[in-house]
Amino acid sequence: MKTRSAKRTRPAPADRARIALTVNGERRDVVFDTYKTLLEVLREDLGLTGTKHGCELGECGACAVLMDGHPVLSCLVLGVTCDGADVTTIEGLADGPDLHPLQAALADHGGAQCGYCTPGIVLTAKHLLEHTRRPTREQIAEALSGNLCRCTGYLQIIDAVEAAAKTMTGEVA
Amino acid sequence: MTARLQVPPGRVIGRARTRVDGRAKVTGQTLFADDIVLPRMLYCRLLRSSVPHATIAAIDTSAAEAASGVRLVLTGQHFPIAYGIMPVSRDEHPLARVKVRHVGDPVAAVVATSEAEAQEALALIRVTYGPLRTIADPEDALAHPDERIHDYGEGGNIHRLAHFAFGDVDAALAAQADRVFEDVFFYEGNTHLALEQHAAVAALDKDARLTIWSSTQTPHYLHREAARALELPAHRLRVVACPNGGGFGGKSDPFNHEIVVAKAALLTGRPVKVTLTREEVFYCHRGRHPTLMRLRTGVKRDGSIVAMDLETLLDGGAYGSYGPASTLYTGQLQTVTYRVPRYRFRACRTFTNKPACGPKRGHGTPQPRFAQEVQLDKIAVALGRDPADLRLQQIAPADSLTANWLRVGTIGLRECIEAVVERSGWRSRRGTLGAGRGLGLACSSYLTGAGLPIYWNEMPHSGVQLQLDRSGRVTAFCGATEIGQGSDDVLAAIVAEVLGIASGDVRLVTGDTDLTPVDLGSYSSRVTLMMGNAAIQAAERAKALLADAAGAKLGVPAERLAFQDRRIFDVENPDTGMDFADAVVAAEVKHGTIGASGSYTPPRSPGRYRGAGVGPSAAYSYTAAVVEVAVDPATGRVRVPKVWIAHDIGRVLNPVLARGQVEGSVYMGLGEALMEESAFRRLPAHLSGALVHKMPSLLEYKSPTSLEMPEVETTFIETADPNGPFGAKEVGQGPLLPIMPAVANAVFDAVGVRVDEVPITPEKVLRGLEKMKTGERGRTGEERERGEIRVGPTRFPDVPWPEALLVPPPWEGGDGRAVHETRRTGTTAGEGGPRTSHPAPRTSGAPQ
Repeated sequence: MKTRSAKRTRPAPADRARIALTVNGERRDVVFDTYKTLLEVLREDLGLTGTKHGCELGECGACAVLMDGHPVLSCLVLGVTCDGADVTTIEGLADGPDLHPLQAALADHGGAQCGYCTPGIVLTAKHLLEHTRRPTREQIAEALSGNLCRCTGYLQIIDAVEAAAKTMTGEVA
Repeated sequence: MTARLQVPPGRVIGRARTRVDGRAKVTGQTLFADDIVLPRMLYCRLLRSSVPHATIAAIDTSAAEAASGVRLVLTGQHFPIAYGIMPVSRDEHPLARVKVRHVGDPVAAVVATSEAEAQEALALIRVTYGPLRTIADPEDALAHPDERIHDYGEGGNIHRLAHFAFGDVDAALAAQADRVFEDVFFYEGNTHLALEQHAAVAALDKDARLTIWSSTQTPHYLHREAARALELPAHRLRVVACPNGGGFGGKSDPFNHEIVVAKAALLTGRPVKVTLTREEVFYCHRGRHPTLMRLRTGVKRDGSIVAMDLETLLDGGAYGSYGPASTLYTGQLQTVTYRVPRYRFRACRTFTNKPACGPKRGHGTPQPRFAQEVQLDKIAVALGRDPADLRLQQIAPADSLTANWLRVGTIGLRECIEAVVERSGWRSRRGTLGAGRGLGLACSSYLTGAGLPIYWNEMPHSGVQLQLDRSGRVTAFCGATEIGQGSDDVLAAIVAEVLGIASGDVRLVTGDTDLTPVDLGSYSSRVTLMMGNAAIQAAERAKALLADAAGAKLGVPAERLAFQDRRIFDVENPDTGMDFADAVVAAEVKHGTIGASGSYTPPRSPGRYRGAGVGPSAAYSYTAAVVEVAVDPATGRVRVPKVWIAHDIGRVLNPVLARGQVEGSVYMGLGEALMEESAFRRLPAHLSGALVHKMPSLLEYKSPTSLEMPEVETTFIETADPNGPFGAKEVGQGPLLPIMPAVANAVFDAVGVRVDEVPITPEKVLRGLEKMKTGERGRTGEERERGEIRVGPTRFPDVPWPEALLVPPPWEGGDGRAVHETRRTGTTAGEGGPRTSHPAPRTSGAPQ
């Protein structure tokens, strides 16, 4: 029985790819098996385990990262297509020791319970706030509708994104 | 959210706080089991059965063993010892030995240098199956007793049977009831769908001791069962519960994959990891039992209950899991919300060839609660009573015993109902919302921790140790497991409140069987109350040492000292005091190294009959909800614009987290009510006729997204329960329970159709609306009499109920014992070997 549809046959050792990409502002060269998704390259070859997986089939949003500024499901992006890409993961959000306003708001408003969907939520919401400075609750819900969360019922996540938007527009210090 | 604060907040307790583990979660630094990478780590994949029920005639692993990168191949022959969460149902092996019992049952494991090589080698394993008849559902199980899935239980494919008579129900229904209402309800199975897929890593340390890191809610039970299955002395095994990426009950069993990687680490001497795919998580399951229920309730003219008679039939799936407890939970908590003078409860759990069911949020109780709360709505309609008033007139009294000998302590159900009635505008808006819109009300209750442990013992259920040193550091050690619910925050907050420091000042070590005292695990909503009380005891003991030393140094009697804002000072002269860290120094000078421990065991329940072990709790939480729906008559789709919910939480410890538990429960309840279902189908005969999961993926298993989530208005009722830490009761499960019946009642209010089963899908609503058009008014005489337009099950099959255990209720002269204890006919699991004997439990309860 096929239990892991996302996994392909392991390639011959020669079938390895080498790409250069920018991850969280730093240039990284990485060599990996060509079948790997960006999710696997990030977690397994670059050690960035902050990006999570819930299905490996593009259904849950847990693996969302920003690629060239746009949210992508890293489980659906082949690593070999990422040469030259600019990728932002959850590890790249904080400014030194200071949390990104979205991170702080999610922690303060109960937007993270188990925390497993949180990295994907943070990156998806970051993209929203970059393009819509003061989104309505409906716009936030729409933007996050591809990110499943089983803990919160979403409302405190939406509260947190609203609060972060206020902070980022300078409405609240 | 509005909190009705009857109890002033402490310095920490009751105040909105950022949870202590919040930063780790929002930065991606929380280390989940699959995030663990160790040098020389190998990867494991499991070969799972493609057939639902078959003997294993042969397994040929030779090609897999020779494949590239493969280091080890395991089969059932490596695992002679059975395990299982409950001592009476140890019916699982890490890999199937003799037969497979459901599609997805693991039969072999490959361990290789990469996950891809392990996966590839699975295809090289040849398994020859000898097909057996597939048992698809409980009726099938009852009809085919000869094709046994297991060789233990109550005969045939019946795993567990129960029959309790708390007073003479038939006599009450005949003589005292003005009306008797009988309904059959069905509650479809559904699953936890925690976003994190189960993962485990096992490794031998430098001293050849084995460690298992796992996404488990119950490290202590995994510790016991893995040691048993691996034939290791328990002290040579360490289990570390990683923070769970959601649990909801789905990570409460010891799992085959955990024991497989442990064995592989023992045999290879290298770390071994397994991470399940989403499809495999559906095969682990342990989700909600599909349950068919027949409920007969006799009432007076005003709707007061005189007796209740409940039968439940559970589809248990292929293994025991928590089944013996689940079975009793489908009835034992039905008596704690309203006065029920007499009660009969019969339950039957069957084995079927599907992934095993177990504990999902609410464990066994959402199904009968749905039945009871929908039927009460029907009773109210039939008698012309307001459903809220019908409930308000018969709320179970505080500090009372129920017919089945549960002790109700604090109960804020009246305040909960009044709150949602008022806030939703129930009395003025109901019936005025226009076509297709309606309001529904329902209530519920849940345990604050099971009164008995899973295996019989007299030790504490939770232990906390504190260690303080001269730097002012306070570390709390506890076996409790953070699954997202906030147990770490509760532990830190309680210690901080007692010692007068901030929750962020407390360092935590949790869920590690080498380092922490036992806590039984994150299940049955037990952690806040049990760990919390243990933490208070430990902190008070540490505080006494500090107060003694600080008092001596300050020349102030210890009892006059206050601990606040990281200072210890004289309450009569606040300037006389010292910093917390200096007090620890003083205490270390006077008493030596500072440590303190606390422990907690719940109070003994008065029930003494066999089966009385399931249901008792130190405190019951109560909830009431009003749900508003808008039903589209063209599509049958039910939309939920708003939910009002009030929860008797005892005491709010952290309003942010408490609100999150309520809203998360409402969300999960709406998923169960409207869309989530673990459905199965048979493949066509030319494809084997196998019974397969219809939707083992996140895409096909529908769950609500942010777009389906309604506005939720939450009210907390604070009853300050004397058994709870600072008065707190549970909040993680109870608020889920009224949602499903409230939705069903709202759909009736909106369109006049009774959907007596969940999920209430558009298809079922449309079927009801169609019946309304054609004038079909139910099949049974009673349905016709009531003029009910109904979609749902119509019959309850014949079950070979055993003789009743007669237990007189407290008001009929009972003493908590059965009049005559019948001997159990069933057998417990265990393949041949000598059965472990346990001392006779004091409560003579079924193991729970």
